[in-house]
Amino acid sequence: MKEKGWKEIPLGGLILEAGNAEKYTTGGWRTYRPVRDEKKCNHCLLCWVYCPDSSIIVEETKIKEFDYEHCKGCGICSVQCPRDAIKMVEETKFTSQEKGEQ
Amino acid sequence: MGKIVGLTGDEVAAEAIRQINPDVVAAYPITPQTAIVQNFSQFVADGVVSTEMVRVESEHSAMSACIGAAAAGARAMTATSANGLALMWEICYIAASYRLPIVMPVVNRALSGPINIHCDHSDSMGARDSGWIQLYSENCQEVYDNLIQAMRIAENKEVLLPVMVTLDGFIISHAMERVEILEDEKVRQFIGKYKNPHSLLNIDNPVTWGPLDLYDYYFEHKRQQIEAMEKAGEVIQRVGKEFKEISGRSYNLMENYRLEGADLVVVAAGSTAGTVKAVVNELREEGIKAGLLKIRVFRPFPAQEISQALKNAEAVAVLDRCVSFGAQGGPIFLEVRSALFEEAKRVPVVNYIYGLGGRDIGIDEIKAVYKNLERIAQTKKIEKLVGYLGLRE
Repeated sequence: MKEKGWKEIPLGGLILEAGNAEKYTTGGWRTYRPVRDEKKCNHCLLCWVYCPDSSIIVEETKIKEFDYEHCKGCGICSVQCPRDAIKMVEETKFTSQEKGEQ
Repeated sequence: MGKIVGLTGDEVAAEAIRQINPDVVAAYPITPQTAIVQNFSQFVADGVVSTEMVRVESEHSAMSACIGAAAAGARAMTATSANGLALMWEICYIAASYRLPIVMPVVNRALSGPINIHCDHSDSMGARDSGWIQLYSENCQEVYDNLIQAMRIAENKEVLLPVMVTLDGFIISHAMERVEILEDEKVRQFIGKYKNPHSLLNIDNPVTWGPLDLYDYYFEHKRQQIEAMEKAGEVIQRVGKEFKEISGRSYNLMENYRLEGADLVVVAAGSTAGTVKAVVNELREEGIKAGLLKIRVFRPFPAQEISQALKNAEAVAVLDRCVSFGAQGGPIFLEVRSALFEEAKRVPVVNYIYGLGGRDIGIDEIKAVYKNLERIAQTKKIEKLVGYLGLRE
């Protein structure tokens, strides 16, 4: 996203568009990333209920993936999972490519 | 036709707020501001205003409530003094950075400690970098006139900044003077209606106020505030001219009092400017070319206009009712001296710190200042850059 100059932005730090927090990616804050074990997971969706950043992507009542652009790695999903299907893994274990960095 | 009445500075401030009839007043009492809130509360109790009066538990809350109200689209006002202003410090910056046109009388009082309730300018001068416009008043009439103009200045679309209108504690706030009050209807027409284009309560067009603003945009928002302050100078002058049409009294960024051909000039703000005028008149009678430059607008500081007005003087003394510990002088002195730096001719400028904690200043002290200016003009030498008026050694 190209950053705008001071003449182009609303006064006083106002955000005039509702629900645009999605445009602000916060995945870079993460030190541990949640990794799901497909074999253990029975798609109870408790992680989806507890995730404070809406970063569990669900399609047709099944967990599809994590939204790593916004997941801050808080680990609540991992703690809440009744089947111990979500592990928190250090970000340093992943390559730059896996992390989606250029 | 308006009416002529006898009112104290605090009473006339309450009268101006009554005529403005703001949607919300959130305030906490503090000496010597108390009478403003007390008198205005009476107007609320009597039902002569439609204001929602919020009796908050502190000045921090007073300014916070004003911000919430203003963000919701209300016209919001409060009033404070000294330690009260200090307690709302953090929130003052937020009001300015959210670009909320809150208007606040500040009854100048010394900051603790040791605790003192009398006049000096250390409270409002300390807030000079908070992003508020500052209008200083010389007397009760100016308190009234400045408050009404402040509303128009603050709400101007090119400005959208909060405004402090200062009045000297006790000297103005508790002294009764002859004041001309305009008709209610005239004031209401002058200030017009206020509409916040991004009201927090507009559910059809929801907006976010006060989001986190990091290194990627914070600087740009500060630049916008700088621009608004720069624009404010023109707007203050325009509003001053329009105010003359309804009141007969004209206002500019500063007042040049007998500055034509003046060799010896004193610069002062607040009630002391009135005392200086009396001295100027006396000295002019004696053939001494004395003049006064009265600071009305301290933020934005009218540097160009001031250097234009002072560049031909032989010697200038700046009176500061405030000390800036460890600085090269008082706040007004630093600004005036810096403004004159661009002039080809070097005008000698000295500073006098005076009146701290309500220490009285009279004709004799000001005469001594002009005497010193006379000496500097003759010898071209400054013996003491910063002096103290009325201080015991």
